[in-house]
Amino acid sequence: MMATSKKMRQQEPSEIEMLLPWHAAGTLNARDARRVDEALARDAALARQYAVIREEYAETILLNESLGAPSARAMQKLFRAIDAEPAGRPSASFNFFAWIAGFFASLSPRTLAWSASLGALALLLQAGVIGAVLMKNQAATYQAASLSTDEPTTRAPGPEAPPRALVRFAPEARVGDITALLDNYQASIIGGAKGGLFRLQFGNKPMTEDEVSSLISKLQNENSVSLAVPTP
Amino acid sequence: MQVLYGRHHVRVFRFGLRLVRDEQVAEDLISEVFLDVWRQAGKFEGRSAVSTWLLAITRYKALSALRRRRDAELDNEAADAIEDTSDDPEVAVQKKDTSEALRKCLTSLSPEHREIVDLVYYHEKSVEEVAEVVGIPENTVKTRLFYARKKLAELLKATGIERGWP
Repeated sequence: MMATSKKMRQQEPSEIEMLLPWHAAGTLNARDARRVDEALARDAALARQYAVIREEYAETILLNESLGAPSARAMQKLFRAIDAEPAGRPSASFNFFAWIAGFFASLSPRTLAWSASLGALALLLQAGVIGAVLMKNQAATYQAASLSTDEPTTRAPGPEAPPRALVRFAPEARVGDITALLDNYQASIIGGAKGGLFRLQFGNKPMTEDEVSSLISKLQNENSVSLAVPTP
Repeated sequence: MQVLYGRHHVRVFRFGLRLVRDEQVAEDLISEVFLDVWRQAGKFEGRSAVSTWLLAITRYKALSALRRRRDAELDNEAADAIEDTSDDPEVAVQKKDTSEALRKCLTSLSPEHREIVDLVYYHEKSVEEVAEVVGIPENTVKTRLFYARKKLAELLKATGIERGWP
């Protein structure tokens, strides 16, 4: 009986042994990763097992990558279904930001390292894009002002459209700050985040040109906003 | 939604496909998964990563799809999708090509073992995240992966490939 029990204990994997796959995938916390590294350094059998695991890890990735991608049919089906949903279904704009927070949380350390390099490059490109957008908007604003003397003060795009703006949030803005801002302005995100700019809609009623200017100016002064420009 | 879909749909599709083993069904799955996300956006509280949440929904829907198919058909094809076909590699893999044999054996693992291997190696999920997706305790996650790897080694051994473990 005791011999059986001893044999069973010997067959049971150790805690470190069970952590090896996560070590290979780079998803262990620093403490566990250090423990595994130390064990690998002093245990040759464990190191051999780890080599086997790294092989499994590589082949699992190859296998999954070989599965290809879904056809456009799946996306078309999804967006047809979404279009058929009752209007205003996704209620909370907070959740959109939670998704964004989750997106960054979901990246592995390796992916984050690569993303940081790409992000630096993207920032340079964004600077160019934002500059172009601002130049374009300035030209359009000037033209509208020169033609608007005899026209109603209600702003385009349509008499019933509530105001919209392209907003870039400050890098240090936290999800809570952004949520509070959206609540304060009764704003909802209706598009984004192309080039880091989100398209926001304010309330459900149209505003006069003066009201829109005041709103944009107030928005621009918010700590959590680094850029706000009106948009149709 | 387009951003979210663009970012995650391929991995969701691959995870679903590995579970249901049918491209058509896997494509239907991803539409259902993202539609659910659209509908249940209010329930997501940001406590876990978005990808973990998506994979958990995908898993639930894949298992439901498998159950539906099993109920509807109950034929050999459906049974193959839910049972461990452990002796397949022995027949199919004649070459001593470890990589190819490994991939073949990975597809021959039981659905339970396949999903845990994929979640850890391909989807880079931590012990806690796998526990959340699969709905089992963290210790079970660790032991299940250990035994999945052991099963993999047995399948490889059956094809004549010894890797020195276990």
